[in-house]
Amino acid sequence: MSRIGVFVCHCGENIGATVDCAQVAQMSSSIPGVVHSVDYKYMCSDPGQTLIKEAVKEKKLTGVVVAACSPRMHEPTFRRACAEAGLNSFLCEMANIREHCSWVHEKGDQTTQKAADLVRVLVEKVKRNRPLRPIQVPVTKTALVLGGGIAGIQASLDIANAGQKVILVEKDPSIGGHMAQLSETFPTLDCSQCILTPRMVEVAQHPNITLLSYSELESLDGFIGNFKARIRKKARKVDEKLCTGCAVCTQKCPQKKIPSKFNAGLGMRTAIFVPFPQAVPNKPVIDIENCRYFKTGKCAVCQKLCPAKAVRFEQEDEILEIDVGAVVCATGFDVVNTDFFPEYGYGKYPDVINGLQYERLASASGPTLGEIRRPSDGKIPETVVFLACAGSRDRAKGIDYCSKICCMYTAKHAMLYRHKVHSGKAYVFYMDIRAGGKMYDEFVRRAIEEDGAIYVRGRVSRIYERDGKLIVKGADTLLGGEPIEIKADMVVLATAAVASPAAEELAQKLHISYDSYKFFSEAHPKLRPVETNTAGIFLAGACQAPKDIPESVAQASGAASKVCGLFSQDQLSREPLIAAVNRTAPPQYSSCTGCFLCESVCPYRAIERETITTRGGKPIRTIARVNPGLCQGCGTCVAVCRVKAIDLDGFSNSQLYAEVRALA
Amino acid sequence: MSEFEPKIIAFVCNWCTYAGADLTGTSRMKYAHNVRVIRTPCTGRIDYMLILKAFSAGADGVIVSGCHPGDCHYTSGNYHARRRWMVFRSLLDFLGIDVERVRFAWVSAAEGAKWAEVVNTTVADIRRLGPYTEYQNLIGRGVERSFQV
Repeated sequence: MSRIGVFVCHCGENIGATVDCAQVAQMSSSIPGVVHSVDYKYMCSDPGQTLIKEAVKEKKLTGVVVAACSPRMHEPTFRRACAEAGLNSFLCEMANIREHCSWVHEKGDQTTQKAADLVRVLVEKVKRNRPLRPIQVPVTKTALVLGGGIAGIQASLDIANAGQKVILVEKDPSIGGHMAQLSETFPTLDCSQCILTPRMVEVAQHPNITLLSYSELESLDGFIGNFKARIRKKARKVDEKLCTGCAVCTQKCPQKKIPSKFNAGLGMRTAIFVPFPQAVPNKPVIDIENCRYFKTGKCAVCQKLCPAKAVRFEQEDEILEIDVGAVVCATGFDVVNTDFFPEYGYGKYPDVINGLQYERLASASGPTLGEIRRPSDGKIPETVVFLACAGSRDRAKGIDYCSKICCMYTAKHAMLYRHKVHSGKAYVFYMDIRAGGKMYDEFVRRAIEEDGAIYVRGRVSRIYERDGKLIVKGADTLLGGEPIEIKADMVVLATAAVASPAAEELAQKLHISYDSYKFFSEAHPKLRPVETNTAGIFLAGACQAPKDIPESVAQASGAASKVCGLFSQDQLSREPLIAAVNRTAPPQYSSCTGCFLCESVCPYRAIERETITTRGGKPIRTIARVNPGLCQGCGTCVAVCRVKAIDLDGFSNSQLYAEVRALA
Repeated sequence: MSEFEPKIIAFVCNWCTYAGADLTGTSRMKYAHNVRVIRTPCTGRIDYMLILKAFSAGADGVIVSGCHPGDCHYTSGNYHARRRWMVFRSLLDFLGIDVERVRFAWVSAAEGAKWAEVVNTTVADIRRLGPYTEYQNLIGRGVERSFQV
């Protein structure tokens, strides 16, 4: 038999002024099962809590209902008080007679009646509560970082420096990401490689970091603290342990005319290649699609000449299975290509390039060794037009958002061009200049005022070739839309930053959500910006939205500190309000029929298939099982279960039906 | 004779509408007293059997309210609720149960005023429709038994 205590709080005047609390207490005392019912001025105060604790002990209560404010406010307070008195904290419920009653209704009998109804609902519920204990889950203290750009590098280093193990997975042969491709960085113009490469080396040498380059995530199973990752280590066709990085192979490879991805297609590389000289790890990879040996079976020059005998044509992909406790997703972004723009020639003019290609031209390690030479004939361009917002903020192109980094890098591009070609003219077409950030606006002003970049507010309607010049047609909207035509030698489009093409597939593997642009969604846009809705998976960098370097680094450090917070405990404690499938005696074993409707609606993939076997191991039937580590307690499975074999603690069928019946 | 006071049971999700109704309280907006809120974790948890049970408990109207599409705390519970509601409402209609007595709404944690408006309009609508007696008649004809859990 239940022994329920009801405690009605006046909350000073907040409840007491409109609800007759004494009468509510008196009305509650007649509910079957209620053995104690009192009202008090401030239930959450020390004497109020003492009142509850003493009643729990003296009256041997099996359940407590506190009629006061919203459970979102003081449920933890009263649950703690009950626990201190020796009552399981999940046997305490709150009836919300303040936010849902006294504050929203006028004083009167009906308001008091409503408060009494709400108490009765919760009394019926708490009678059916059962004692629960927080779920303890062990934590594997290894973090998996996906993506070796600046965000992934920063997150890895921060976690590793805090003494935790990190596995850094990068799909390309080298870490570094887009930042390694950049020439100089705004707003200080320090060389990107100068600040990045020391970090890359630190990653490679850190005792707590295992670097898996040229590898990709195959699948991720499990839950916070207990993930199982399968990682495909793609065959380099080179034994990393034997290779010394002497580069004889890359110099002697006869297949030399392959566009280099690192140089954004402006330079060439060989079939066995290291993406760039400062690559980490500095070990080559054979591109089997272009390698003469793999295409014709003849050649093998690299194998013959390798002094370390490290070339392994027979090497296969390897699948590694790794246990990790947390995942940081830092897979970055991409930029759209110039062929995205019909009005600018669908990429058919070689001298219309995108921002990333310009970065390679301006970089001292690039194909022109830092001289601005146009791709078509290698001449130094005398007039360069830069177009901001190429694709971004353009509904017609399906990219409604601002790519955020273009205003700044376009100003930098114009500035670098003027530094390198003093007689050249740099035009910038822009819609608005968005230079919010420390020293950012000053930087743009410097480009305009000191370096003489000519800023034209307006969009470019067309680019076409005439007499060896690129004719850029646009309008100056500050001068009333006056048409403007510039004969340029080179055009640089600040093309939109978009999610990487593999983002959607990766999100499905990680089971995280993404927005309509395929950028990964954070758990809360303001208060939980580095977490995802899947516990234990964090975001860093431009995979979430376009970001510049300082923001990416800041978010990576934020994600790293979340991971370290998670790893600071040996066990995780979770709310036990989760679903479970019933089990009964043989020959039924469970009323679950194995239809697995629950599996299809569960947003957390918490439903597993469990095969019941005889003692001899012969399968009898397959039923659903809830993984308590994954279940978040939404109860969608309970609502769809046709036979009511699955139920949710805290909001069980018997509780909810009893609550409805209490209102009869 | 005093005016008919409808009895309305509201099933709300914990994360959006319950918090939204809390906000109505903290902003001291007044609304009709006729509603009794039952908290569930998510609209996805709301088994529509509960709606029938609410009518059988004598409710004149039912409100089901949760997070807006795309805002579900559990990613997709509200979509499942909506999808089931589309099917369930046709079934209700087929059975001769008045669909107008069930109000399906989205109220976010920031929409305190909207919660007050949802309650007030529902109360006004149900007041116009009058007490729900047909359901009790249907029970007599055995509808209830076929839905028994």
